[in-house]
Amino acid sequence: MTQNNVLLEVKDLKVSFYLTEATVRAVDGVNFSIEAGKTLGIVGESGCGKSVTARAILGMVRRPGKIIGGEVLYHRAGQTIDMAQLDPEGPEIRSIRWGEIAMIFQEPMTSLSPVHTIGNQMIEAVQLHKSVSKSAAEAVSVDLMRRVGLPYPERLLKSYRHELSGGMRQRVMIAMALTCSPRLLIADEPTTALDVTTQAQILDLMRDLQEEYNMAIMFITHNLGVIAEMADDVIVMYLGKEVEVADVDTIFHSPSHPYTQALLRSIPRHDVDVQRLETITGTVPDPTAVPKGCAFHPRCRHFVPEACLTPPSLLQVADDHQVRCTRAYEINEHLAAAQTE
Amino acid sequence: MFQFIVRRILIALVTIFAISIMSFVIIQLPPGDFLTSYMARLAEQGDDASEEQIQIMRESYGLDQPIYVQYLKWMSGVVRGDFGRSLEWGVPVADLIWDRLAMSLLVGLSSVLFVWSLAIPIGVYSATNQYSLLDYVSTFLGFLGLAIPNFMLALVLMWIAFSVFGQDVGGLFSAEYQDAPWSLAKFIDLLSHIWIPMIVVGTAGTAGLIRTMRANMLDEINQPYVETARAKGLSERQNIWKYPVRVALNPFISTVGYALPSLIGGEIIVAVVLNLPTIGPLLLRGLLSQDMFLAGAIVLLLSILTVIGTLLSDILLALLDPRIRME
Repeated sequence: MTQNNVLLEVKDLKVSFYLTEATVRAVDGVNFSIEAGKTLGIVGESGCGKSVTARAILGMVRRPGKIIGGEVLYHRAGQTIDMAQLDPEGPEIRSIRWGEIAMIFQEPMTSLSPVHTIGNQMIEAVQLHKSVSKSAAEAVSVDLMRRVGLPYPERLLKSYRHELSGGMRQRVMIAMALTCSPRLLIADEPTTALDVTTQAQILDLMRDLQEEYNMAIMFITHNLGVIAEMADDVIVMYLGKEVEVADVDTIFHSPSHPYTQALLRSIPRHDVDVQRLETITGTVPDPTAVPKGCAFHPRCRHFVPEACLTPPSLLQVADDHQVRCTRAYEINEHLAAAQTE
Repeated sequence: MFQFIVRRILIALVTIFAISIMSFVIIQLPPGDFLTSYMARLAEQGDDASEEQIQIMRESYGLDQPIYVQYLKWMSGVVRGDFGRSLEWGVPVADLIWDRLAMSLLVGLSSVLFVWSLAIPIGVYSATNQYSLLDYVSTFLGFLGLAIPNFMLALVLMWIAFSVFGQDVGGLFSAEYQDAPWSLAKFIDLLSHIWIPMIVVGTAGTAGLIRTMRANMLDEINQPYVETARAKGLSERQNIWKYPVRVALNPFISTVGYALPSLIGGEIIVAVVLNLPTIGPLLLRGLLSQDMFLAGAIVLLLSILTVIGTLLSDILLALLDPRIRME
């Protein structure tokens, strides 16, 4: 990974939610970087902190949540900005939002205002970041809507969200995200609420647009299939920490963290005939009572008390492959031995 | 949209017709009629009207006829703009009510404006700064306003106006402007009087509205569309006032229409205490003396105003909320 290609670096980011009963450390020291033009997939179960990480990048964590540590370094032409230090309501971060880093959400239905026209919301996005006339902003919007495959864009500008289908709404959101040609698009489960065919179309569209606009994508999902299709690099998150970081081939072909391995075993495969899919034993622990040491240990089949009750650090198991597991080497050797037998 | 409005107007006409029948019947429901209560009052004063005299009066007012005949006679006048003669005052009803109705509307509208301009910003603030000190303070003051009886508040404000501002209190005009023609000076005089009823009538409503606005806003501010707007780079203030407030206001718009009758109902006691020349006290007297043409006309007019208000708020809501237009 060449350093000058890096667009965004997140270092030891920590976000906590101060609830009346307890403090939830939703993001607990996450590290990753995103290269220009590449796709980083973030995968993990619900509650692992992936959506909170995305919002923290843009300074959009809402009370009672708060960024309590770490850096979000955004690199642009000869300049590095620590976005975690910016006033979350100040003008600097607001000009980066959408202007340079755009974000789309899981629910295309409710991501649009019920009482404003599509046009109103798109033109607003353009005019917030570019000083152009309303008609110029409208022209930009029409152009982008055509680009994302929306029919009759002029008419769509005058319509409301309830008049559109789910797929159309997400296309509108994508078109809106492109209004300022962002360098990074954060997509928080953008296809989860859509049916499978629409999902495939939206993923195709995003890949095409990524090439055309040379834009990086941070793709958040719990769906490993989508990750396989979209991501260049992957981080696997569990309870607020990244547990494995690698390129997409490594993650799918030689995963080293027991959690990643368990996730992969739990998806159906066409080439292996099994009676019953494996599941990960146990459930995600209550985030207010995270297990000691390795947070995954109560559910881990490789658990040994001597190794797993102290917090594991990230081990570099290969170039560009890091694993947060004290037993990673042993487990890998064990697996390799099992395969050669 | 046009079809929508026409349909609503037709429904409104039917509603007004039904209300006119019901109000006429209900006013007649208590035993006896205007003449029996008139006779009772004469007897109290030691006077006695002869049976014949009463019979003549009863015939001349048409009180001996069946109720539907009385109703039809009255209605045929109403549609021509003639509300009949007040039995008690002996003058056409129209002469009595228009000025007072206008004053009632003025007091009502000014308290609606007072309520809205106070409750909406406070409600928005309370929701965006939930559980803050000011949220608790405004909630407390709101409930206090709700709990204090209107007549009590009226008396306190009258006392303050008198002892602090040295103002002559009661009524809507100073003595010298009472019968004067309209002029700028008279208007200013009106403004210096109207604030007391405006606050008294509005206070209870303000508390309720703050709570509703706060609850509506809390439902909206965590919606994804607000987050989208934030991600687009809108400032918090622009975002709040453009998106969640717009959606949270819709329930209010749909209730503007029937704010009127509740204001007039709530205003009667205040109007008696403050000696206001509004319609409330007149309605009360009309009902007590069974002056059915006067009371009937007032109830009918208020109903018509309510129906028109509801119609207008329906149309306004359809204009503001595209989801309504679909249905």
